[in-house]
Amino acid sequence: MADSIISARAIWKSFGELSVLKGIDLEVAEKELVFVIGPSGSGKSTLLRCLNRLEEPDSGSIRMDGTEILEKKVDINAVRRRIGMVFQSFNLYPHMSALGNVTLALRHVLGLPRDAAEARALAALERVGLADRVSHMPGQLSGGQQQRVAIARAIAMEPRVVLFDEPTSALDPELVGSVLQVMRDLRESGMTMVVVSHEMAFARAAADRVVFMADGEKLEEGPPASIFGNPRHERTQAFIRQIERH
Amino acid sequence: MDGLDGFIFSFFNLRVMVEYLPDIAAGFLLTVVLAVLVVISGLAAGLSLAVLRSFGVRPLNWLIIFTVDLFRALPSLVIIMLLFFGLPTAGISMSGFTATWLSLTLVLMSFSEEIFWAGITAVQKGQWEAARSTGLGYLGTLRLVVLPQAIRMTIPPLTNRAISITKGTALGSVVGVSEILGSAQSAMAFSSNPSPLTLGAIAYLILFVPMIGLGRWIEARFAWRR
Ligand SMILES: Nc1ncnc2c1ncn2[C@@H]1O[C@H](COP(=O)(O)OP(=O)(O)OP(=O)(O)O)[C@@H](O)[C@H]1O
Ligand SMILES: [Mg+2]
Repeated sequence: MADSIISARAIWKSFGELSVLKGIDLEVAEKELVFVIGPSGSGKSTLLRCLNRLEEPDSGSIRMDGTEILEKKVDINAVRRRIGMVFQSFNLYPHMSALGNVTLALRHVLGLPRDAAEARALAALERVGLADRVSHMPGQLSGGQQQRVAIARAIAMEPRVVLFDEPTSALDPELVGSVLQVMRDLRESGMTMVVVSHEMAFARAAADRVVFMADGEKLEEGPPASIFGNPRHERTQAFIRQIERH
Repeated sequence: MDGLDGFIFSFFNLRVMVEYLPDIAAGFLLTVVLAVLVVISGLAAGLSLAVLRSFGVRPLNWLIIFTVDLFRALPSLVIIMLLFFGLPTAGISMSGFTATWLSLTLVLMSFSEEIFWAGITAVQKGQWEAARSTGLGYLGTLRLVVLPQAIRMTIPPLTNRAISITKGTALGSVVGVSEILGSAQSAMAFSSNPSPLTLGAIAYLILFVPMIGLGRWIEARFAWRR
């Protein structure tokens, strides 16, 4: 695929004796929303974290826009600048306002002057529907609002791709919708995204491709209609049946 | 003289007190200067060691842990005496003021390193990951994200530790530093009357009662959490 943003090949990763990723391949094309599903412990988070090297793969290759990012001499901070990440537990900086959370990297990573950083941060916060919460501290925001600040923090960097690791699983059910709406808007605007999540309805509606993982391997992948409607693997069928029941 | 008059003559002798007030006042200033210097250098050294320790270089960390355990184990007075009376035999001599400052600095450095370190490790891993994932480097993350949270958590124990170490300035009297206690002692010797000690005690109260109040206030102020 010529227009791949991320092209991960044969990623292996173990923690001690435990083999968590067993030669996974993952392609992510420009403007694509790739959904990763699979049972707990199958290695979804680890895979995502390997993509920006929060976790160091044991072997394999990850190309981003054609550049190998696993090489030792690569400036990993320059790579991460272009890969946003959104965490299950938000991980907002508790000592900074919403605006401060978003401007931090703009100022200290991109080196923007304060005014420019704040203008860009405001635009990002507006995009996630929080223009009226910019000076709130994280502790004064609901979970859904915190997660949207975290999304603003990621997209304000204007990354090539944003990685989401279960962005809604720590939220009360009534707050999930606002975060999914923001993700849907992002998708419309052409943002490339890799999403690990159990929100199957969202996957059906918004994903271009669904990847099913089990035991550190990619068992199958395809458009949501075929993965959900006509899964080939028995384990995929079982997983989907179990998820749908909830 | 009956008992009460004798007591007043010994401990609240106005004539003696007035005569030696300037000496005690000078001692007071010296105590303040010494305490401020100790707190600044001790906390700065403690923070630097904690930051060095966060790099996770094994041999360096063993050295740091050994050093801080050493200075936490030794009584401050022993360190002062070693520096002042012991080092000259090795050809290094220093004034009593320097010996007291250095000793208390090393002790505060050691206690505060442990406190700062506990603060750094108490900051959640997710904070590091969030900052690093935006492309911020290790030092930037430490400075802008981790330390502000760590220091906030450590302010109450640090305040208490700093107050208790500044009381150690009185130990300087043993090596001829004319801080409050030292100047009160010489005044007592000259006047053959213990009233200057009373003045000294009053000077300590003037210095430390507000500091303890400040400590309480800081403790209440920072006793937030999410
Ligand atoms: N830092 C680590 N050290 C040791 N083991 C780890 C570490 N991180 C993950 N693991 C293990 O690796 C396996 C895969 O974990 P991972 O978090 O990638 O799974 P997951 O698919 O994201 O699961 P979940 O749906 O529960 O989030 C698990 O067995 C987990 O316990
Ligand atoms: Mg996970």
